[in-house]
Amino acid sequence: MSNIGSYDERVKDFSWAIAEKELGWKPGDVINIGWYCTDRICEQGKGSKVALHWEGHTGAEKIYTYNDIRLAANTIGAFLRGLGLKDGERVCLFLDRIPELYLGFLGILKIGAIAQPLFSAFGDESLFVRLSNAETSAVITQKKHAPKVRKILDKLPHIRHIIIVDHDGVAPLKNREVAFSLEKAAPVEHLDIHPTTAESPSVLHYTSGTTGMPKGVKHVHYSLISQYLTARWALDLRDDDIYWCTADPGWVTGTSYGIIAPFAIGVTQCVLDAGFSAEAWYKWIEKRRVTMWYSAPTAIRSLMKAGDEIIKKFDLSSLRHLASVGEPLNSEAVVWSQKVLGMPFYDTYWQTETGSIVISNYPGMEVRPGSMGKPFPGITGTVLDPVKNEPYTTHGKIGLVALKFDWPSRMRTYWNNEEAFQKKFRNGWYITGDRSKLDKDGYFWFAGRDDDIINTAGHLVSPFEVESALLEHPAVAESAVVSKPDPINLEVVKAFVTLKPGFTASKDLDLEIMNFIRKKLSSLAMPQEIEFVPSLPKTRSGKIMRRILHAKEWGEEIGDTSTLEND
Amino acid sequence: MADELKDIVLNYVTKEYLEDDSEPLTYDTPLISGGIVDSFSMVSLKRFLENKYAIAIPDAEATPEAFDSVNKIAALVQRFAAKKG
Repeated sequence: MSNIGSYDERVKDFSWAIAEKELGWKPGDVINIGWYCTDRICEQGKGSKVALHWEGHTGAEKIYTYNDIRLAANTIGAFLRGLGLKDGERVCLFLDRIPELYLGFLGILKIGAIAQPLFSAFGDESLFVRLSNAETSAVITQKKHAPKVRKILDKLPHIRHIIIVDHDGVAPLKNREVAFSLEKAAPVEHLDIHPTTAESPSVLHYTSGTTGMPKGVKHVHYSLISQYLTARWALDLRDDDIYWCTADPGWVTGTSYGIIAPFAIGVTQCVLDAGFSAEAWYKWIEKRRVTMWYSAPTAIRSLMKAGDEIIKKFDLSSLRHLASVGEPLNSEAVVWSQKVLGMPFYDTYWQTETGSIVISNYPGMEVRPGSMGKPFPGITGTVLDPVKNEPYTTHGKIGLVALKFDWPSRMRTYWNNEEAFQKKFRNGWYITGDRSKLDKDGYFWFAGRDDDIINTAGHLVSPFEVESALLEHPAVAESAVVSKPDPINLEVVKAFVTLKPGFTASKDLDLEIMNFIRKKLSSLAMPQEIEFVPSLPKTRSGKIMRRILHAKEWGEEIGDTSTLEND
Repeated sequence: MADELKDIVLNYVTKEYLEDDSEPLTYDTPLISGGIVDSFSMVSLKRFLENKYAIAIPDAEATPEAFDSVNKIAALVQRFAAKKG
């Protein structure tokens, strides 16, 4: 029997108080995610249970019990306090998937500061715009990533401390840097947990916008309520599970379901800090006896590409439930997993802004391969007519995925950008930016984005951000960035570029521009293809028409070109 | 040819992808599984090899396993260079 039991029954009598009661919380109480993920589990008598089983790419292993992660979070929290960091200040985690990332996150929350995780593959420009917007006070990083922070430090007066977690004493520390070693620090048995309340800010994740720079999505400690219950019901997490979430905590899945929910439930979590290879992943499942696996369509398609023969080399019989997130899960992937793993991947749908799963397939509910599933109990979702901004009254029509904005983990605003936050609403509905249709039984079927944002391997990339960076290359006169189809990553970034006088298109220039963007923004934002063109399609008022280039890449009708210049 | 090729690849990966040069690369350092080159960055590394050696590596051959060390990359390049004749 699954945790959710009957989806239809749960919908009938749903209240978020179910989660509040299970977590022993009532309105007005202190709620601190760091405490719920560590101290509370220890108080339940599970201090000696393994919380985190970590393995690095060299094969190094570390094992932490719940008491270990309680002490580690206390120790990091005390260190941050000792540096003068206070509640409400933003502390960035710019780390690979090493234990300090997971434990530092909890330590930051325990002292009431706001955790700002950033993907460690970000280049210096991506890092700068996010640290600058958040007015971040401290950055926790590794010596390998410190040079990127140093490069932009002069432009970031708010940063008081750069905390290096693996300083080896070989190279001297530089301006504003301080060393911290979790292994060498004296464990702090008792830490005064900051008395955060439901609306106290907890986590700041950045997400790409269509026209502007990345936006900081502000979450609060009360988000725990829906992260906990969705993990119990949609992911079916149970106390005795060995859980593997493949997401990096630089992105929201990696914090909501890679730190907060599993630790608050008290399961044993596995983290493999290594690049993708089918063999290494299957080996990890076999070695750790993983029971619940939460992954992403790009990874699943990469496993499909590796073939079915390789699976026979491993014992994957421990698996009992699989789920996926990040981009639409194609029906072929669902059918494939049913065939080779004996169970389907259950697609889940949500965003950085929603903080937790909002539409999903559930154990016990019929899986329709290719469908996003149905709204989580307590969440009202619909498909809006984009003209009338009202729900369609008949099924089967493609419109905007919209939600009533009233569940615990919804974002509270965009950091320093309330105007952009307000623009996310129409006629009382939160507009996700995705399009879908509803079938007669209430299943949602994804139909694409409603804007220019590129979803590559489950990560959102802003064409605007890439175009802005391209213009900083000395050879680039103009650029337009769109998505192009990709069999593994769903979409990848493609750039159309015109060159300044004196520059000639060449393979070397192509590679130079690719690497320029990779280092400045990230590998995700790096155009996988650059097409040098003599001119870009523009309106008569001079606005570049990405729509035309996008249609060309996807083999779609170009549509209305009446405003096109020189047509 | 083999050692020169390996050195060229090793120097390129060190210059373009290695953030922390305090731990020098060897011919066997795991590049993909070691997190030095991710699957997206592999595209630019493949492009470099194709430009430098005037070869075309089919996407089906450009797997994480085939790019996982300088030795493996050198073997891949030599195979396609030989095909080119």
